Amino acid sequence: MTNDLIHATAAELAAKIHSGEVSSVEVTQAHLDRIAETDGKVHAFLHVDTEGALAQARRVDEAVKAGEQVSPLAGVPLALKDVMTTEGVPTTVGSKILEGWLPPYDATVTRKLKEAGVVILGKTNMDEFAMGSSTENSAYGPTHNPWDLDRIPGGSGGGSSASLAAFQAPLAIGTDTGGSIRQPGAVTGTVGVKPTYGGVSRYGLVAFSSSLDQAGPCARTVLDAALLHEVIAGYDHMDSTSINAPVPPVVAAAREGLSGDLSGLRIGVVTQFSGEGYQQGVARSFEAAVSQLKELGAEIADVSCPSFDYALPAYYLIAPSECSSNLARFDAMRYGLRVGDDGTRSTEEVMSLTREAGFGPEVKRRIMIGTYALSSGYYDAYYGSAQKVRTLITQDFAKAFENFDVLISPTTPTTAFKIGERANDPMAMYKADLCTIPANLAGTPAMSVPSGLSDEDGMPVGLQIMAPALQDHRMYRVAAAYEAARGAFGGPSL
Amino acid sequence: MPSISRDEVAHLAKLARLAVSEDELDLFAGQLDVILQSVASVGDIATADIPPTSHAVPLTNVFREDVVRPSLGQQQALSGAPEAEDGRFRVPRILGEEA
Repeated sequence: MTNDLIHATAAELAAKIHSGEVSSVEVTQAHLDRIAETDGKVHAFLHVDTEGALAQARRVDEAVKAGEQVSPLAGVPLALKDVMTTEGVPTTVGSKILEGWLPPYDATVTRKLKEAGVVILGKTNMDEFAMGSSTENSAYGPTHNPWDLDRIPGGSGGGSSASLAAFQAPLAIGTDTGGSIRQPGAVTGTVGVKPTYGGVSRYGLVAFSSSLDQAGPCARTVLDAALLHEVIAGYDHMDSTSINAPVPPVVAAAREGLSGDLSGLRIGVVTQFSGEGYQQGVARSFEAAVSQLKELGAEIADVSCPSFDYALPAYYLIAPSECSSNLARFDAMRYGLRVGDDGTRSTEEVMSLTREAGFGPEVKRRIMIGTYALSSGYYDAYYGSAQKVRTLITQDFAKAFENFDVLISPTTPTTAFKIGERANDPMAMYKADLCTIPANLAGTPAMSVPSGLSDEDGMPVGLQIMAPALQDHRMYRVAAAYEAARGAFGGPSL
Repeated sequence: MPSISRDEVAHLAKLARLAVSEDELDLFAGQLDVILQSVASVGDIATADIPPTSHAVPLTNVFREDVVRPSLGQQQALSGAPEAEDGRFRVPRILGEEA
């Protein structure tokens, strides 16, 4: 019974809970038990909110019993990335600087989940301030990939994706600034979606790079991701950059895709994302996916987006620049850590000592890179040039979408690497985001759907699908059709 | 030829209010140099005629109706403060710096 409950999809669980076949409390308890059993090995969670989760589950059960109309995912458990504020529940962003902080308010995403009756199991591990591609930059220790505990689960949302792969939760929330939803999804064999920028409110999302940060759904199936997408998306007056337009019909598109017919759909293969640096097993998995998409009726051709070669350097100037400004709010005065206030030191000294003690090395590196890129004398050469590259990338996308409905590529150049392997080489680490960054710079939606396992190392590989802004439903349709054609590829044993 | 020296890193750390250690200065100087040399390639294609993009959604001046909405109360706002006194944030001395 418990085994069935943890392996079920969110859609299946919702149907069972809403029909009264099982209670949300049973489903929630099964997942809490699974976390207790497996998280010593995986370390996906930084905080498990047993009491809060069961209280929400009981509320849903009462509503179902009373015959009330509940929302589509009511009663289904979810793992929430620790970057979203949760009122009265610890929110650390993987950093020592916010250790023990209890936010006085809920993020809009958190509020929407609660209002929809979704059961929040706890907060998941992440690279500190979402800066990283392996979850090794968490101040609270790394998360381990359930497929091979010696390997990274991706990052920054490694905890969210690992919790899905470990069957600790059927749903999770991530945030994607340069690939932090899609890359962990790819390397853990799960689905991860970065919606159109502005599609999901950033209110209460602890900011890293505001023009790039975007929250999105993570799940084990495309339909589950779509159901969650519709719960969290929509205009929010608390985020002035959220888009005031109808939410793309992603659930309908995912259901339509399940029919498996992609006749007439034009798919472009981005030629920049292949060749040197791409693991053979990843390349072969991608080729197999292309063949399957052709069999589904899609018309597939190569497309060149030359400026994508410059996306990585542009990103590693824009994101650090914005972070150096955003993280100035950690000043040891209003919330979080304060170090060295012995009555003799000035505010500035206390601030510097606190930030030194509270931030990890990657955060410090990025703050300093950003400070450098924005300083007078270097601004034009670095930040200014990066902004121009952003224009070129947006133009390349626009040109490609004149001829293609969606674009595809591998999500990552390699499968999950070993923990520690790239820890001392920032540039090698940054390359994990090579294929995912362009969509962040252009603000367009993109997702990763598993394309099976690499024949070299048996580790999961991800297929990335990219669509034009506000056409999120297009990629869901393709992903659902592909997922059905691909079939099951097993799961990790823990 | 390094593009960034150890002294420059120390200056950046000061600007960013990071009291970095001597060991970190050595580590970061090398790493920042590698990173900055890698990202400098943006200059290869960023010609003068290309307009910069600061944001994917071009928005300016987003207004809302001037109506009172619920917000954090004083107690909530101070709930995470390292130190508070009389309903205010208590901070270390701010005068007498950089005379």
